[in-house]
Amino acid sequence: MRRFIAASIFFLGLLTLWQAGAESGRWSPVLFPSPWSVGAYLWDALLDGTLLEAIWVTLKRLLVGYTVGAMIGLPLGLLASSSQTLEDTLGALALGLQTLPSVCWVPLALLWFGQTEGAMLFVVVMGTVWSVIIATDHGARTIPPIYARAARTMGSRGLHLWTMVMLPASLPFLVSGMKQGWAFAWRSLMAAEIFVTILTGFGLGQLLHYGRELNAMDQVIGAMAVIVLIGLLADRVLFSPWERFMHRRWGTNIG
Amino acid sequence: MSRKDPQGPSKGVSSTVLPANKLVVDGVSKWFRTPRTTVHALDNISIEVSAGEVICIVGPSGCGKSTLLDIIAGLTKPDTGRVLADGELVIEPGRQRLMVFQEPSLFPWLDVFGNVMFGLNLCPELTRAERVETAHRFIALIGLENFEHAHVHELSGGMKQRVALARALAPDPQVLLMDEPFGALDAMTREHLYDDVQRIWHDSGKTIVFVTHNMREAACLGDRVLLMSSSPGRIVQAFDIPLSRPRSIYDAELVGYAARIADALRGRTGGGVPE
Repeated sequence: MRRFIAASIFFLGLLTLWQAGAESGRWSPVLFPSPWSVGAYLWDALLDGTLLEAIWVTLKRLLVGYTVGAMIGLPLGLLASSSQTLEDTLGALALGLQTLPSVCWVPLALLWFGQTEGAMLFVVVMGTVWSVIIATDHGARTIPPIYARAARTMGSRGLHLWTMVMLPASLPFLVSGMKQGWAFAWRSLMAAEIFVTILTGFGLGQLLHYGRELNAMDQVIGAMAVIVLIGLLADRVLFSPWERFMHRRWGTNIG
Repeated sequence: MSRKDPQGPSKGVSSTVLPANKLVVDGVSKWFRTPRTTVHALDNISIEVSAGEVICIVGPSGCGKSTLLDIIAGLTKPDTGRVLADGELVIEPGRQRLMVFQEPSLFPWLDVFGNVMFGLNLCPELTRAERVETAHRFIALIGLENFEHAHVHELSGGMKQRVALARALAPDPQVLLMDEPFGALDAMTREHLYDDVQRIWHDSGKTIVFVTHNMREAACLGDRVLLMSSSPGRIVQAFDIPLSRPRSIYDAELVGYAARIADALRGRTGGGVPE
């Protein structure tokens, strides 16, 4: 409760500063709208359905891209951890491509797929997959071999060894790999939505983009606020339960 | 441990392994090859362990005693020689020979009860109710009945090793392999655990192979103590410890035996102080 109060005071303070800045009249209200006008825009957008529609379109793309990226990245990461040769090849490739900012995939995606959902998906998957590979690979290398040895003496092997020992032992790094992938997927999708303007769906990135086109600063800031909120919410809903579980069991904050 | 009446003087290969020999290590050698050098870890080691016997293997660090235990467990393959358990060739780990490790080996994603259940869940002959009952019984045996649902990181070092012991005992293995299980614990905790091990041995009559570098620990627990030398690892001397049980490590006679083993080791290592 104390923490909640402290956080509330902090954010209310920020809003007040913002409001004071807008009211001072030093900046044009077109370029520096007050929190009220941003709130009003968000309320209107919520009522006429554009906001929910944009959130829905964006989340759908994110979920599909992220799932595909994680499903490719996790096994490849485990594979890379299993042999030195794969580490030197696949691991090096992942490391190299991970340093490439995901917005750099946009031109290639546009030429390959045109203005389609496919281009969008491609950018998100490319943004996700490499960081998931790296996090999973790194984590799998740090599982203490003693767990597998102890389990094998108790008669565990094959599928049982993988599902009952290797999988739970790798939970901390799987979660951190998934979390890393999530952060990258989110960034890639926003880049893709801002640059790939397509008619099959109007997402939050596009809302932001058209806010700029229309010089509507309240829309720009409103869309940014929603993007931040969704990022925070995803962290709380998707990853916090796992991290709490691991903190309880492992006794450390590994996630 | 009743020896079956042999049907006359048997001849042939099968008679080389007597039924009382729970465990036979027969001419085991092992080399470790790295790109730079080859280390001769074990050289032609032969040991016979009777059912219900406690064998302690002592030696300086790096003499290959842990490797030997791994080979007995079936976790590592010997380069030459073989290991027989109940007359059968050991080719892979099996729950007839369970191991207690020096490093913390409990699974952190399971609680105390879950860790003890892990081995029991791999016993297809038991029903669910029998498994649960057995797990409770062994957790009580090591005195942690109030910690059944504690997480691993909440336990002290001694408690962790007790749980590891319970986890290894619960599936009722024929042979218990212990690889310096108390090496990382403080002296007071260790002395408690000596009592625990002796009590469990007395109640269950398990065959135990116990690896340590602590002479008094070896003299306290072993019926026989085998002294190993390093590079290459060889069994250089065997000591019988004919003391009655339970033993206290402060017993003067026991200390005498420990001193004799330490002297023998010192003779081997050229005046250095053994660990």
